[in-house]
Amino acid sequence: MEQAVPKMKYFGTGNKPTGEPFVWCAAMGLTLGLTLIVSLMGLILVKGVAVFWPDRAVVLELKPGSTARLGGSEYLAGVVTKEQKILRRAKDISGGEDAGRERMEWQLFLGNKDIYGISFKYVDYADISRTAYPEDLIRIERMEYGDAFGFPVYLEIAGEDPIEFSSAAFLPRLHALVRDVSHRWDEIRKIERDEIGAINLKIERLRLRKKKLDRDVAQNADALEEAALKLTDLQNRYNVLAAEATDLRQQQSRDALVYQLATDQKKRLPVGEVVHFYFPNRLNFIDRVGLFFHRLWVFLSETPREANTEGGAFPAIFGTFVMTVLMSVAVMPFGVLAAIYLREYAKQGILVRSVRIAVNNLAGVPSIVFGVFGLGFFVYFVGGSIDRLFYSDALPTPTFGTGGIFWASLTLALLTVPVVIVATEEALASVPRGVREGSLACGASKWQTILNVVLPASAPGILTGLILAMARGASEVAPLMLVGVVKLAPTLPVDGLFPFFHLERKFMHLGFYIYDLGFQSPDSEAAKPMVFAATLLLIALVVVLNLGAVLVRQRLRKKIMAGAF
Amino acid sequence: MEQTLHEKAKTAKLPNDSRPGIRTNPGSEKQQDGDEAEFRPLIRIEKHSFYYSATAQALVDVDFQIPEKQVTSIIGPSGCGKSTLLRNINRMNDLIDGVWWTGDIRISGQSIFDPHIEVTELRKRIGMVFQKSNPFPKSIYENVVYSLRVTGVKKKSALDEAAETSLRSAAIWEEVKDRLHESALGLSGGQMQRLCIARAIANQPEILLMDEPCSALDPIATAKIEELIHELKKQFTIVIVTHNMQQAARVSDRTAFFYMGRLVEYDETKTIFISPSKKQTEEYVTGRFG
Repeated sequence: MEQAVPKMKYFGTGNKPTGEPFVWCAAMGLTLGLTLIVSLMGLILVKGVAVFWPDRAVVLELKPGSTARLGGSEYLAGVVTKEQKILRRAKDISGGEDAGRERMEWQLFLGNKDIYGISFKYVDYADISRTAYPEDLIRIERMEYGDAFGFPVYLEIAGEDPIEFSSAAFLPRLHALVRDVSHRWDEIRKIERDEIGAINLKIERLRLRKKKLDRDVAQNADALEEAALKLTDLQNRYNVLAAEATDLRQQQSRDALVYQLATDQKKRLPVGEVVHFYFPNRLNFIDRVGLFFHRLWVFLSETPREANTEGGAFPAIFGTFVMTVLMSVAVMPFGVLAAIYLREYAKQGILVRSVRIAVNNLAGVPSIVFGVFGLGFFVYFVGGSIDRLFYSDALPTPTFGTGGIFWASLTLALLTVPVVIVATEEALASVPRGVREGSLACGASKWQTILNVVLPASAPGILTGLILAMARGASEVAPLMLVGVVKLAPTLPVDGLFPFFHLERKFMHLGFYIYDLGFQSPDSEAAKPMVFAATLLLIALVVVLNLGAVLVRQRLRKKIMAGAF
Repeated sequence: MEQTLHEKAKTAKLPNDSRPGIRTNPGSEKQQDGDEAEFRPLIRIEKHSFYYSATAQALVDVDFQIPEKQVTSIIGPSGCGKSTLLRNINRMNDLIDGVWWTGDIRISGQSIFDPHIEVTELRKRIGMVFQKSNPFPKSIYENVVYSLRVTGVKKKSALDEAAETSLRSAAIWEEVKDRLHESALGLSGGQMQRLCIARAIANQPEILLMDEPCSALDPIATAKIEELIHELKKQFTIVIVTHNMQQAARVSDRTAFFYMGRLVEYDETKTIFISPSKKQTEEYVTGRFG
């Protein structure tokens, strides 16, 4: 006993269990990874959400001689988008009245790009003599040239006296006009995109039919005549609709809003150009929240304007969604069947091992290489062959022989197939041997065993593979640029026109939308907020798709436990 | 329902052995008591050797006969080849790469290694219960009718009848009849094993192989299964591998003792446990080695 006491003490104080430092290392590794992920997500979330928040707009009075003055005016209006330290240049350090002091500047979003030619202006704190947040400052979202800031002056209405801003009738009238205008735009869109689009499609088909009939004029005289009649009929309907649309468009520019900029210029803006307007300094918190959701909804549901920097991202969301679903549909049978053969049927040996290593390494091939392969194989070879066989009348205009959502999905399926194969193999391998033997002992063949027992038991694991594949596929951009993604697609890959699924069509994709906005747009500063918003959206879309798969997996697990097969 | 199965089993004419003369067991002198059931060999194991690889011979020249409608237990220390032999009877060892064998196993005179026979058909005639209960991730009902489903039986009434009959035969009907369509994975260990027995007999096989069916079960569940084995031997030829000598003594009519891949002694259970002719057997059954 006497000996035991000091021993206990010794163990109690000094010695740490072997391996403790490694636990710390492991925890540090996880912490580092988590910190990076959380900061990235946090940045995207904050910046992405802030895009839709309506900020107050400020009017600055500038000191005489300020370099920030536009056209000699002493006022500037806009929204502060950034506050930062002035980058010190050599002459700042050498002297000046406030040498050595921290100097700050604002980045001001000015809007009114039609007049100023620029959207942003940096203003030194030292140049500002006064700031104000006037209630009458209006912010107008326009069809073109982005937002405008100004002070409304009067409304010009055809056949009526102008309504001054001071009059009580001004605001209700403006709201009513903007609402009318918005309805008219909907109508124009319906005519131009849906009705005229349908007629165009019919005309195109008729033209192809005529081309086919033209090969033997004598034989098909009747049919040709009929086609010509139909064509004239369609042409007439087209003309009527086009006239209707032109008329509506003219109505759009009938009335106008006149406003004065902070820099004194007056601008007459046809009400048809107004998408939405609000007084940023009159809003209370609830108004701002309402406006926030309104702007978010616009972003989610509308088509883009102004080279994608304005409007919504709906076609891109939809394109990404359809492509990811198509990809999943394509990749699942491929990957699962390949994995079944590899794991269950192939004789395990050096060949199968090399195939497995090759498949795993396929996941490491740069995605752009898959894009090139997709372009060469799917688009030019397969698509070209389909065109020659089934769409020869339309040649030389390619139908399937050009990039499209179908080829893009197949290319991505190819890209993600290793993920599915690896996950499926793991899942198959984890099915206990006893269960297989039980099935075989019942007199089931190997295929029956796989189909009835092994696959259901490994379905959750296979779905995990699908989840990984979807996450990988939905966020891939590089290969898509070669096989069918476009900056702006006039039509969606799925619509109400027969045959409803237009798999040959080009499509928009959020990943490419982000790249295009951030790096290809003329004003990257103006597009930056949209880049964050689109990134957030892409992540959200991937999360939603994955959640769907997770829910299915959950249900499958429950089903297995509940045995409802 | 139970009646149906009994009657079927009674009326089913099992193919007679092509060599009715063979009744004696080469390893034993006094293998037949007058009051015991008639010894009609169903499975003949003839000079059977089995290799997992060139260096791993699991069975050496095993030669004995297993009688019809009796319980034959195979005992022996771990690694003596008893499970290998059992799994050879329904050719489960085919699944392992690189195995080969010599000699033969005949069931009703038909060699099971005959390249012309369909392994799945063979396995439909032989039910098997494993050491670890292995219900499929399906409902209780689907588990039981599995062997009928893979045979192509689609008629609901036939499936229902088979399910009830075999669940009753496996003495689990009363416990599961109200939750036939719930998952089999929700049953207790003993219930799962009885479900596996029900599954193995649903197809009305001739032979039932049991590979240490009670080794993962508690004494009460074990007692239930043993009781069940007594019942089942009226209809099936049962071969049971067990580690538990008391169990072998309790349930079996005949016992084969294996050591190092060889059949040491094969006789009536009583003889093996009371007056074995080989010293090795005596040492094993009395617990001096093994």
